[in-house]
Amino acid sequence: MNQHPQLDSTGRLTHLLSIEGLPREIVVDILDTARSFVSVAERDIKKVPLLRGKSVFNLFFEPSTRTRTTFEIAAKRLSADVINLNVGASSQSKGETLLDTVANLSAMHADMFVVRHSQSGAPNLIARHVAPNIHVINAGDGRHAHPTQALLDMFTIRHYKKEFPGLRVAIVGDILHSRVARSQIHALTTLGVAEVRVIAPATLLPADVSRLGVHVFTDMVTGLKGADVVIMLRLQNERMTGELLPSAQEYFKNYGLTSEKLAHADPQAIVMHPGPMNRGVEIDSSVADGLQSVILPQVTFGIAVRMAVMSILAGGQP
Amino acid sequence: MNIHIAGGRVIDPASGLDAQQDVYVSGADVAAIGKPPSGFRAERTIEASGLIVCPGLVDIAVRLREPGLEHRATLESEAAAAVAGGVTSLACPPDTDPPLDEPGLVEMLKYRARSLNLVHVYPIGALTQGLLGRKLTEMSQLADAGCVAFSQGDAPLPDPQMLLRSLQYASTVNYPVWLRPQEPSLASGGVAHDGEVATRLGLAAIPTVAETAAVSTILLLARETSARVHLCRLSSTEGVEMVRQAKADGLRVSCDISINHLHLTDVDIGDFESNCNLIPPLRSRRDLQALRAGLADGTIDAICSDHTPVDDDDKQLPFGEAAAGAIGLELLLPLTIKWAEEAGVPLVKALARLTSAPADLLGVAGGRLEPGASADLCIFDPTHTWRVDRERLRSQGHNTPFAGHQLKGKVLHTMVGGHIVYE
Amino acid sequence: MTTRLPDVEQLLEGLIQQIRGNIKPDTGIIGIYTGGVWVAERLHAALGNDVQMGTIDIAFYRDDYDRRGLQGSVKPSDIPFDVNDRDIVLVDDVLYTGRTIRAAMNELFDYGRPGRVMLAALVDRGGRQLPIEPQFVGAQVTVPDDQLVSLQRADSGSLQLSLRPRTEDKLQS
Repeated sequence: MNQHPQLDSTGRLTHLLSIEGLPREIVVDILDTARSFVSVAERDIKKVPLLRGKSVFNLFFEPSTRTRTTFEIAAKRLSADVINLNVGASSQSKGETLLDTVANLSAMHADMFVVRHSQSGAPNLIARHVAPNIHVINAGDGRHAHPTQALLDMFTIRHYKKEFPGLRVAIVGDILHSRVARSQIHALTTLGVAEVRVIAPATLLPADVSRLGVHVFTDMVTGLKGADVVIMLRLQNERMTGELLPSAQEYFKNYGLTSEKLAHADPQAIVMHPGPMNRGVEIDSSVADGLQSVILPQVTFGIAVRMAVMSILAGGQP
Repeated sequence: MNIHIAGGRVIDPASGLDAQQDVYVSGADVAAIGKPPSGFRAERTIEASGLIVCPGLVDIAVRLREPGLEHRATLESEAAAAVAGGVTSLACPPDTDPPLDEPGLVEMLKYRARSLNLVHVYPIGALTQGLLGRKLTEMSQLADAGCVAFSQGDAPLPDPQMLLRSLQYASTVNYPVWLRPQEPSLASGGVAHDGEVATRLGLAAIPTVAETAAVSTILLLARETSARVHLCRLSSTEGVEMVRQAKADGLRVSCDISINHLHLTDVDIGDFESNCNLIPPLRSRRDLQALRAGLADGTIDAICSDHTPVDDDDKQLPFGEAAAGAIGLELLLPLTIKWAEEAGVPLVKALARLTSAPADLLGVAGGRLEPGASADLCIFDPTHTWRVDRERLRSQGHNTPFAGHQLKGKVLHTMVGGHIVYE
Repeated sequence: MTTRLPDVEQLLEGLIQQIRGNIKPDTGIIGIYTGGVWVAERLHAALGNDVQMGTIDIAFYRDDYDRRGLQGSVKPSDIPFDVNDRDIVLVDDVLYTGRTIRAAMNELFDYGRPGRVMLAALVDRGGRQLPIEPQFVGAQVTVPDDQLVSLQRADSGSLQLSLRPRTEDKLQS
């Protein structure tokens, strides 16, 4: 397994499975291309003909209306035909294996699979088994990766902060279970920020996370000190009480972003959240709706970034 | 038949013999080593110069998948793989479907193995009924049917109380208990070692403490009950160190590791390679080095293949959903040779971990090459290099993390009870 | 055969003369990236501030995307005026096959329905593959098929035409 699973033999991006291992130039190219798609969204006709005649299959083994919708809008703005499959409800319950499902859909002349799955590595497995002309985009797999979310976050950071070097970025919350955090960490280190910090209680930190190139804090105030970007992660309901955390209230007391805690960050710091937010659990409403919040623009940029990824993948080989 | 094995390098780890000698087989037994017995007339001569002649290998962890899991393997397919790998005796864990918890099931397996007449099969009986950890099995009757030890396979015992009772009872009837040390509550849902790789790949983790907490409990209760305990598939630095200490303290404890853990680490999972989804999980390089050191100094008694055939449908799944395990019968010898070369361990010492030591753990004959012993032999070319090709392995399972690897050491003849069962 | 390429400043002068009498005060000038934008900037400066200027990157409209994918970095198109019912002058540096112009017109129509679309090119090297003709041309040039004409801009801002061998089958203007 020497070859990078997302690049072809000439180093071109052929699948987007993870940010880890992507050359910096490819990440920057995606962000640059996305900027042009932002301007497309400002026109009367928000559509370009790039993917005319191509079929994009949204293959969601795990329900997610929001992410699926942004991919659907992105594909449609590229003039692709979009087929949404809620696979969890059909094939899998009939005992069809993941690869059988993919083989059947490939026979329907799919050009691209957008895959969300509860198991880490499911998109990698699919990418290994599809024909070379089919592209796979990871729309979130288990705890592993959510590369398009991280790319749109990078787009947002660049939009507001212009440059990556020199930035101190703090990621706060459930790092252990978060594919978003993992992809953000890889994207930030690839783009060369000065420092990535993760802030969480020990029960929500994965083993050896510092090996990913981050500084680990369990105290939020210390971790936020001087941060230029504060990224809050969503805390899943089922994790709020039990063996990992005593209660949502206690979590909010220690790790919820309030204006008092935010005051320890750089005065120009921006606040981000991949959504959907739990107000009063990981973030106070006054911060979420405050001047430093860039949570809504994140959503707009998400479509442009996904259009960029799709158009870079689906083009012919030079 | 009288067979003359001429000019080979004969290695018998039990006696320490390592010399170029001729071996004379007469009927089912080894008749003589060195000079022919008087009046010996060979009906067949095997030219073995440049080859190594050693006792047939004894593999203490081979899943035959019978009864109940014949879509993954059968006795026929796996016995063929065994002898192709030079294995002449094997022990199978009780995790079949149904588990080996009734004498009838054990007798049937023994009967099937005898009629196939390829390889000695030693079943390990279930420690608890259905491996459910609630009721003890009829160990004496299972032993009469052919079980040589009792085990839970990879199924957990629910609590220390059940473990204590199992050890007390097994020591009463004087059979060893084989346990894979893992505290289930600490391993719950995990599929990979709790380290950087699992963190990067987002795989649910099994910390080392899941192993050490269990080893600690088992050793305390073994001391308490004087039961004979064998720890299966150690995986961690700390686990090996605890066994080393227990042995130094005079406790009757033994342990083994799988051939996979002798060569692979969690880094080999790479891009979610599900053939590296193993029980216990592949751990760090530091752990690998500790396992190798433990094997070299004798803390670890035996190497096994932990042969676990899995069909493609259950393996070609996302890592966390794939069935765990790898096949290894045909790789056991070359991978042991590879370790011996890399670690600078003499072959005679390395082969002990595959022959006399595991035979002693099972308490069965075999694993020895001496006059009067059953002629269970393996003749291999130690220099022959071959490439592991999934499709050409004889096991019904093709699941191996070593596909594509170049390995040295090729079995040319396997003999069981004086019969050539593979060449 | 050696080909002499004309001086860009003279070509610009000619183009400005041609366009000046043929546009209304509210005509929009749209340069096509990259060379067309440079030319459009010069035209815009000469034609006065009443004339509005925009830029277009046709990367998302190219007809060879299936064969070649996105090439290089894509610039955001920027048309800061309403194109509906407005006269538009599309500006490119080198007019060749006509495919770029087709792509630019497709993109333009996604902004609205212009009243009239005209085409200005610094040079026309012939070789059209589509029924597209310019209204304003700096010069006709004859260039061997195996050569590409391209416009360069020096750090000083001065523009110059140059020839280079065709290395691969590149979509040309």
